[in-house]
Amino acid sequence: MTSARGSLGSAVVMTLYLLFLLVPIYWLVNMSLKTNAEITGTFSLYPLSPTLENYRTILTDPSWYMGYVNSLIYVVMNTALSLAVALPAAYAFSRYRFLGDKHLFFWLLTNRMAPPAVFALPFFQLYSAVGLFDTHIAVALAHCLFNVPLAVWILEGFMSGVPREIDETAYIDGYSFPRFFTRIFMPLIASGIGVAAFFCFMFSWVELLLSRTLTSVNAKPIAATMTRTVSASGLDWGVLAAAGVLTILPGALVIWFVRNYIAKGFALGRV
Amino acid sequence: MMDKPLNNRAWFLVLPVLVVVAFSAVIPLMTVVNYSVQDTFGNNQFFWNGLGWFQEVLESDRIHAALGRQLLFSAIILAIEIPLGIFIALNMPKRGFWASLVLVLMALPLLIPWNVVGTIWQVFGRVDIGLLGHTLAAMGVDYNYVNDPVDAWATIIVMDVWHWTSLVALLCYAGLQSIPDAYYQAARIDQASRWSVFRFIELPKMAGVLLIAVLLRFMDSFMIYTEPFVVTGGGPGNATTFLSIDLVKMAIGQFDLGPAAAFSLIYFLVILLISWVFYTVMTAQRDMP
Repeated sequence: MTSARGSLGSAVVMTLYLLFLLVPIYWLVNMSLKTNAEITGTFSLYPLSPTLENYRTILTDPSWYMGYVNSLIYVVMNTALSLAVALPAAYAFSRYRFLGDKHLFFWLLTNRMAPPAVFALPFFQLYSAVGLFDTHIAVALAHCLFNVPLAVWILEGFMSGVPREIDETAYIDGYSFPRFFTRIFMPLIASGIGVAAFFCFMFSWVELLLSRTLTSVNAKPIAATMTRTVSASGLDWGVLAAAGVLTILPGALVIWFVRNYIAKGFALGRV
Repeated sequence: MMDKPLNNRAWFLVLPVLVVVAFSAVIPLMTVVNYSVQDTFGNNQFFWNGLGWFQEVLESDRIHAALGRQLLFSAIILAIEIPLGIFIALNMPKRGFWASLVLVLMALPLLIPWNVVGTIWQVFGRVDIGLLGHTLAAMGVDYNYVNDPVDAWATIIVMDVWHWTSLVALLCYAGLQSIPDAYYQAARIDQASRWSVFRFIELPKMAGVLLIAVLLRFMDSFMIYTEPFVVTGGGPGNATTFLSIDLVKMAIGQFDLGPAAAFSLIYFLVILLISWVFYTVMTAQRDMP
C-alpha cells in the first residue's frame, strides 16, 4: 500500500485539498495589498502595484487597532479564568467518585453544546443589570459558558492518564494538596494544559455573537469592528481584507507553536 | 475506572466551576424561562401567559420552515464532510516535516474568526471582485449568491466544507495514528486489497473518533449563525435563515421576548437530547475494554 503510485496519488489529493483551503485565504491577502481602485477597477490574480496602505490605516487608527487589543485582552482573561477553575474540577473528576459526579459532568457538557444564540439576550440583560456591560471581563465570563466545560473535559482526559500512585506517594512523602498539585502534578500534565489553553484561546478568539452583543465601545472586539465598517463605508474592501488577514495571524502563530500537542489533543477526541 | 475512591470533599474542588457556570449559564437560563411564560405591554409590566408562547412557537410556520432548512443543511454537511474528511485523513503524510506542515495548514481555517470566514467567502464569491464568482461567470455559469437561493445554499455549503472538513480529517488522522504498523504488515502478508485494509483495519480503529466527529459536526452545524449571517444575512428572502439566525432576529431585532424565550427553550431541549445521546454513546465506548 506504500507503492510509488499510492503515495503519488496521496500527494495529488493533498495538494488539491490544500489548494482548496488556501486559495480563498490567498485571495484575501491579495486584496489586502491592493488599493480600492485596483480591486474594483481591474481583475488580477496578484496585486499589480502592491501597497501596504490598508495595513497602515488599521495600525494607525485607534478605533481599528484597539479592536485587536480588546479581543486579545478578553481572550487571555478567558483562557486564564477557564484554566484556573477547570484544573481543580478536572482533578476531582479524574481522581474521586462523589455524590452526583456523573450528572454534574454531563450537565457541564450540555453547556458546551448550548447554542450561543439562546444566551445572547439574557447575557445582555444580566451584564447590563450588574454594570458589567461593555467590559472585557463580561465577554471573558460569557465565553466561560463553553470554554470551562471544554477545559474540564480535555484536562480530565490528560489527568486520567497519570497513574494515581504518584499522588499517593507524594501524600506519603508529606506533600500538602496545593503543594503537590502545583509542584508535581501540573508539570506532569503540562501538555494537557497547553492543549486546553489552545482550545480556549481558539474558541474565544473566533466567537462573535456573544462578544458583539456584550460590548459597544470600550471592549469592542475586532470582529465587531469589521462588521460595523462594512455596513458603514460599504466599499472599503482593501481595509476589510487587511483587517481579516490580521485576525488570521494570531491563530496561525499559536498553532505553529503547539502543532505537536494538537495531534495528541485530537487523539483524545475531546475537542 | 471502578476503583476511584469515594470522597465527597471533592465537591470543594468542583465549586469554582459551579460558581462560574452558574453565573454564565444558570442565571441567564432562568431569565429565559421567566420570559417564556410572561407577556408585556411595555413599561416593564409583565403578566402570566402560561404556555401560550410555546404553543405559538410550536405552531409557527416560520419556525417550522427554519427547522426544515436547518435539518436539510445539517444532513448535507454531514453527507459531504464525513466521507471527504476520512478520504483526506487517509491521504495525509504520516510523519516528518510534511506532516507538521500539512497539519498546520489544515488547521488554519479552524482558527479564523467566524465572521472573517463569512467575509472571505462573501468576497470570494462576488462576480465583480471575487475569484470564484469571476471564474464561474467567465465560464458562462449564471452564478449570483445574493439573488439566487440555490447559489446561496451552494456557497454556504462550500464555505462550511472549507471551514470544518479539516476538523473531521484531523480527528480521523489521530485515530489512524494509533494503528500499529504490525497490522499493516500482517495485511500485506495476507495480500489484502486496499479496500479490505480500509474496511477491516482502518475503519474499525477510526470508529470512536468518527462518532465524535459526526456528533460534533451535527451539533455545530445545527447552531450555525455567524458565517451564513455574514454571507447572505439569511436571504435571499428567507432561503438561508437557519434556526439561530431566526432566533437572534426575533430576540435582538424585534425584541419579541416571550416567543423568543419559548423558542430558545425548545431549541435548547433539542440540543440537550442530542448531547445526551452523544454522551451516552461516548461513555459506553470509553468503558468498553
